[in-house]
Amino acid sequence: MDKRRDYWRKNLWLTCNLLAVWFVVTFVAAWFARDLAVYTFLGFPLPFYIAAQGALFVYVLIIGVYAARMNRLDEDHDVSEQER
Amino acid sequence: MRTFVQNLRRYYSFFTGGFVMFVLTLAVAEYMGMPEQWIGWTFMAATVLLYASIGTLTRTADVVEYYVAGRRVPAIYNGMATGADWMSAASFIGMAGTLYAKGYDGLAFVMGWTGGYVLVALLLAPYLRKFGEFTIPDFMGARYGGHAARSLAVVGTILASFTYVTAQIYGVGIITSRFLDINFETGVFVGLGGILVCSFLGGMRAVTWTQVAQYIILITAYLIPVVFMSYKVTNVPVPQLVYGSVLEKVTQRENEIMADPAQVSARTAYGQRAAALGKEIDGLQQPGNALPAELRQARIAQLSKERESAEAKSRPLTHHAEPFPGDSAAERDAARLNFIALTLCLMVGTAALPHVLIRYYTTPSVKQARESVFWSLLFISLLYFTAPAYAVFAKYEIYTNLIGSSIIELPNWVHSWAKLGLVKVEDINHDGILQLAELTLSPDVIVLATPEIAGLPYVVAGLVAAGGLAAALSTADGLLLTIANALSHDIYYKIINQNASTARRLAVTKGLLLAAALIAAYVASLKPDTILSMVAWAFSIAGACFFPALVLGIFWKRATQAGAVAGMIVGLGLTLYYLIAVKFFGMEPWFHIADVSAGIFGIPAGFLTIVLVSLLTPAPDPQTQALVEHVRYPRLKNPAV
Repeated sequence: MDKRRDYWRKNLWLTCNLLAVWFVVTFVAAWFARDLAVYTFLGFPLPFYIAAQGALFVYVLIIGVYAARMNRLDEDHDVSEQER
Repeated sequence: MRTFVQNLRRYYSFFTGGFVMFVLTLAVAEYMGMPEQWIGWTFMAATVLLYASIGTLTRTADVVEYYVAGRRVPAIYNGMATGADWMSAASFIGMAGTLYAKGYDGLAFVMGWTGGYVLVALLLAPYLRKFGEFTIPDFMGARYGGHAARSLAVVGTILASFTYVTAQIYGVGIITSRFLDINFETGVFVGLGGILVCSFLGGMRAVTWTQVAQYIILITAYLIPVVFMSYKVTNVPVPQLVYGSVLEKVTQRENEIMADPAQVSARTAYGQRAAALGKEIDGLQQPGNALPAELRQARIAQLSKERESAEAKSRPLTHHAEPFPGDSAAERDAARLNFIALTLCLMVGTAALPHVLIRYYTTPSVKQARESVFWSLLFISLLYFTAPAYAVFAKYEIYTNLIGSSIIELPNWVHSWAKLGLVKVEDINHDGILQLAELTLSPDVIVLATPEIAGLPYVVAGLVAAGGLAAALSTADGLLLTIANALSHDIYYKIINQNASTARRLAVTKGLLLAAALIAAYVASLKPDTILSMVAWAFSIAGACFFPALVLGIFWKRATQAGAVAGMIVGLGLTLYYLIAVKFFGMEPWFHIADVSAGIFGIPAGFLTIVLVSLLTPAPDPQTQALVEHVRYPRLKNPAV
């Protein structure tokens, strides 16, 4: 039973952390966009790059990390399903 | 299972190869002198025929197949199907145009429509897959009990999906009328046929396998013109990498245009026109005017619209890359707040749109549902991170080659799109030269005209049209199926007649599908508003209605039926009230938030109401709590808590 509780707690912890990354890269970056406009990255003004490409890479990465970590967590905590 | 996956790979490799051959053959035919009209028709006919044959081959009379494609769609294919399901006419045709018009501020759509998948992946998809029923109202019904939550969810589904599907059919009308040279209303009904051939016979199963094919067509069609454009301008065929340098050139050109006296004179002329229109409006508002009140109101409304557009043209242009431009600090702050509000509403809406969420019912396992969201976003990002490049390249071409050229010698594409009313040119300062303010572009025209702007052969324009059609058809199919399933499964089967036979349930679904499609086509043929603003409404509606109840239903065992029902009513009610009051009754916006972001009020209100009302009502029964426990773990050996 503890193992199950442990699984859920780890899931929540991972979810919260990844959502924090999502929040920073989207909303914090957008809030300070005008201040970040003095920097450039790969020829783009930095805020433009973040909103047009950078954030998208990070989103894909977040989901990839979540899927990989959770699929492993399932196995470790003995809740993984048998694949058909 | 293994041979099924192998076969899939074989079919779709064969299909992709065949499609490339088809395009190349047409290119050769064009070179040998095949007329443009024929190319347009061939593209339309061939792709629709293809969808129709997939739709017919995968017809089914099995409920699990019809509603959730037999739950055996592998993660990667479900990812492609979700991509096509998701990317609508607005994404394909409208988004690059919006980015062209709005610059940085338009990127709210890029982030909103991709970042929403983070919420889908982390908060919803794996749990809904474990729950494993047929529709989103199903989850509401099971989790919160009774018919109230289920029925409300059906109302939300229809409100969100119907505006959305209307926009898709409108997009189909625009594309078919331009490329088949028929009138818009006929185009709408031709498109309707294209939609129904996929979904009618095979339900979700047919829609899934057609969508995979449609994804391949739409992504190819989206990438090719901009790759050529990039090669033409920078000699590097990877537009996403190099458009930073083009953006720099656009900024330079913007500075020149701002300073050029001829440009200033055109802007001044529009300023004078706006002032004149203002005087005329004032005159009409004076008491003692001879016109009857009704006519006067209509005239005032029309003049106000003209004044607004003239005023917009009189303003100096803003830099494409500048975030939140504005004349004063207050204006800039309002723009920033709106950007953030819109991004949030689009994200939450993405994570709550039923036609996307039900796609995750179709994977074989929870594990694959998680992986499938990854593939979905990867395939979707391919388009979304190209769209800003489209906008920048188009702006570069138009600012450097079109602006400043003689009005009697404008290129052909301007005339062909002007015929449809999507491009307007007016020589307001009578100098015979085109100034920026004198050019009006509909956002929809950027993607559709890029092949012609880049001077590519007509076959590429045909390919883009086929891609836009694929985007609109695939989304419309997913939406219509969602509407029909919500009505037939949740209302008819679960509430009205629980003893209905399989054959009868499917017959009802098909009847409703047809009815919904016809009504949507009729509404679309009336040409209401522009595609993008209508679609953006659906996000606030879906976000406020579903998201709080879904997330709390999974993550908070204490959420009760009364809480969920109250939360959905408050969230949806507040959002609709704000949308309608601001858009149609001229209500002063709260905190300067635009009507499309109405969800920014509705979503938190929904969460708050669910929490408060749940705490005031008794905790859910053990059976419901066990259901929550059940969806949280991919497999439980001993279900007792």
